[in-house]
Amino acid sequence: MDLFYLAIGAIFVNNILLAQYLGNCPFCGVSKKLGTSIGMGVAVIFVATLASVFTWLVYHYILKPYDMQFIQTLAFILIIASLVQFVEIFLKKQSKGLYNALGIFLPLITTNCAVMGIALLNIKHEFNFLEMVIFSVASATGFALAIVLFAGLRERLMISPVPRAMQGTAVALVTAGVMSLAFFGFYGMVQ
Amino acid sequence: MKFKEALLHGLWKDLTPFRLVLGLCPALAVTSSAENGMGMGLAATFVLVFSNMFISMLRKVIPDKVRIGSFIVVIATLVVLVEMVMKAYFFPLSQQLGIFIPLIVVNCIILGRAEAFASRNPVLLSMVDGLSIGIGFTISLTVLGSIREVLGAGSWFGMQVFGESFEPFEFMVKAPGAFICLGIMLGLMNAYSRKRGETFIQT
Repeated sequence: MDLFYLAIGAIFVNNILLAQYLGNCPFCGVSKKLGTSIGMGVAVIFVATLASVFTWLVYHYILKPYDMQFIQTLAFILIIASLVQFVEIFLKKQSKGLYNALGIFLPLITTNCAVMGIALLNIKHEFNFLEMVIFSVASATGFALAIVLFAGLRERLMISPVPRAMQGTAVALVTAGVMSLAFFGFYGMVQ
Repeated sequence: MKFKEALLHGLWKDLTPFRLVLGLCPALAVTSSAENGMGMGLAATFVLVFSNMFISMLRKVIPDKVRIGSFIVVIATLVVLVEMVMKAYFFPLSQQLGIFIPLIVVNCIILGRAEAFASRNPVLLSMVDGLSIGIGFTISLTVLGSIREVLGAGSWFGMQVFGESFEPFEFMVKAPGAFICLGIMLGLMNAYSRKRGETFIQT
């Protein structure tokens, strides 16, 4: 039951994009079309889960026993960067369809703060393995949910008469603020 | 002449995060107070200046195909350095900024400058460029943090601004306030540059 609360909390209450501010660059960058935002969301779920598993294992079985937590940042970013590269090569060889769908988003993910952020939060909250997997999948799902909802709103915004100065990113950010306020409605649902 | 341009472009022409819409995560996350915004800005400036320096030094050595990976290693090393210095000398601030200090690694501004400027310009010019972008970023974050802190907590750099009777808008220091505040500031800057006849490149 606790795991269920953990998942709901990560998706809605502490939504990684709207409450924890992680992953805002792709949030504004690739949310102009519904199709691309779904691709980005799926790619993030996939990479974030894999990256969290690897970084958690490396932290607990290599860095911690040898007292090397201080190179955590360096180790994590290298793991994420090489993992992304590896996934890209693997998909290209094994699954053409998936590669065509996710391919262009993969290089972008290396510098996506959401992926690195989830990996760091796993360590900060001192999760065990199972909790870590649930939290990573749920957080990344929260990211996907927010970016897909946001893309839907932005498609409508494109055809609305917005004041000229507020066009583009400015109005998108204000919209994101209103969405974030809406997500605050879940606050208190899970402690 | 070149130096002057490199020094000034980060303060208005390429002001982050407003004119180059990069590095939004720290701009939103740590600006709940002016002090946090400034601390984050200074940490990022340090990393920017030195990452630009090292990458510019190594620009002829790094093979083109693995450049992004190499840049990230340089940046990550510097971030680890900042992390340790902040833990040792500015412990309360480092607790406040939390995971956003290690996340400087994935700040797109730093990688963006490495790729767009430092990898094709001489060392000194690259450092000036890093300094300029960094100062612009620090000023933006401090301003954003000041607005949010004054309205949301009634204080500025921890000093009380309004009297006892002031009811703070708590909304401003929370997540929705961050998005809306940044959006409105972007809109105001758009309106100002439009008035000056500049075109604003953002979509």
